[in-house]
Amino acid sequence: MSWILLVLLVAAALWMIGAYNGLVSLKNQTLNAFKQIDVQLKRRHDLIPNLVNAVRGAMDFEKDTLEAVIQARNQAVKVNAAGPDAVKQISQAENALSGALSRLMVVVEQYPQLKATGNIAQLQEELTSTENKVAFARQLYNDTATQYNTTQQQFPTSLVAGWAHAQPAALWEIEDKADRDVPRVDLSMKPKS
Amino acid sequence: MTEEGSLNLFQQQDANRRRTIWLIVCFVVFFAWLGFGGDYVYFLATAHAPPAEQHRVWWLGFVMVGLGAVLAWYAYRTGPEKVLWATGAEEVIEPADDQQKRLVNVVEEMAIAAGVPRPRIWVVPDPDPNAFATGNDAAHAHVAVTRGLLDLCNRDELQAVIGHELGHVKNLDVRLMTTLAALVGAILLMRNGASRMFVGGRGGSGRGGRKSDLGPLVILLLIAWILSWILAPIITQLLAMAVSRKREYLADAMGAQFTRNPLALARALEKIEGAGAPTTRIKSGAAHMCIADPLGGHLAEREGMLADVLTSHPPMAKRIAILKGMGYAQLKREGGTIP
Repeated sequence: MSWILLVLLVAAALWMIGAYNGLVSLKNQTLNAFKQIDVQLKRRHDLIPNLVNAVRGAMDFEKDTLEAVIQARNQAVKVNAAGPDAVKQISQAENALSGALSRLMVVVEQYPQLKATGNIAQLQEELTSTENKVAFARQLYNDTATQYNTTQQQFPTSLVAGWAHAQPAALWEIEDKADRDVPRVDLSMKPKS
Repeated sequence: MTEEGSLNLFQQQDANRRRTIWLIVCFVVFFAWLGFGGDYVYFLATAHAPPAEQHRVWWLGFVMVGLGAVLAWYAYRTGPEKVLWATGAEEVIEPADDQQKRLVNVVEEMAIAAGVPRPRIWVVPDPDPNAFATGNDAAHAHVAVTRGLLDLCNRDELQAVIGHELGHVKNLDVRLMTTLAALVGAILLMRNGASRMFVGGRGGSGRGGRKSDLGPLVILLLIAWILSWILAPIITQLLAMAVSRKREYLADAMGAQFTRNPLALARALEKIEGAGAPTTRIKSGAAHMCIADPLGGHLAEREGMLADVLTSHPPMAKRIAILKGMGYAQLKREGGTIP
């Protein structure tokens, strides 16, 4: 009879090891996905000065819009330097930057002679891509974090969650639907706002 | 949907690893049958001959098993290169124009969304829209699109197609499909060689007189053995089709999950379907790897036994209908959240 007990104990131990390792792996995937957002945000911050320089000469008459982009970008860089603890501020600053950028692109759309120069079309493509990369990096993070959270809260994995130091990961909040749609906007179409 | 898809992902990957191993095992076993079967027939045929002429050492079987193992290993290792080479794809290293720049950007975006390393990017110089992915794992993957696809699709649709292909990459369909394509190629090559051998062999053994030595069993075996040489390419191609058909729905769903835009994939599929012309650059050996059947057969539009057996892709209309269903459900959900 004792061997049945032994088999059960071994099975339980094996299951615990599996669940523990699964949680650790998910935790690392979540951290990695978060780092990816960082990487993409940095790319965006580096791109913006080039964009602004490219359109500055042709857009003397839209100084306010350009200023807004530069300010939003500088604010975002500053907040990002504060580190990952300030997730809330970072996401606010980045959302503001997205808004400023999309306004700039709307303005560019209104001046066909600007669009006619090849540079702008390329920059538009770069910008669309950068916005998409940021959005997809967030999406991957949120998907991974959701999976991590669900796994650690579901029975029976929840039994080993404390042992694996699993904490629910915060999702990257998107303030409202308009902001969430920004990266998806096809710049060849005029947004409704 | 997200959670379910992700939870199943590891099982999908495991299943594809297992299937690839099984495929290779079956391939080698088939070669063993060809080899030892030949030995056995030869042995029975020479059983009544003087001992010196009897077939005692079954060397053919060992040679064939060795050959099968080497071929399978070679097919697995070089499958991606061979597939790309066969389609005449050119790698995009530095994007040459705006179109290629857009492709590179879109692939980078989708790689981020899928959480896989950026695959290498290839363009097939063919005017018909199509796309495929190949590679042995996510870290060594390739995505190829035809020039026709770049011309036809807008950014969102291109993104949807790339998302579909990266779905294949992420759940390791590419490993199974590429190995299968390479094995199909190897077997086709073997058949060509073998048919020449048989033709030559018949000329040599035309001395006659010996035939009376062969019992009915030997003749039956001989026929089965020759039949398996002839049928092997057909069987492997049917296998490739059966494997592929099941995977397309899943890749569609994964692509929609990456882009969150199932309607774009539906539109892209409609456009690809509308183009209709066969993709001449892509040979039948790699047909099962493409997003749409490059042969453009009419059977592809039907469900049922015959279509199940003879097509490499599920009916396009059904795929589009499923994607549209997903898209409308998403619209409804998002519409519902607005106060």
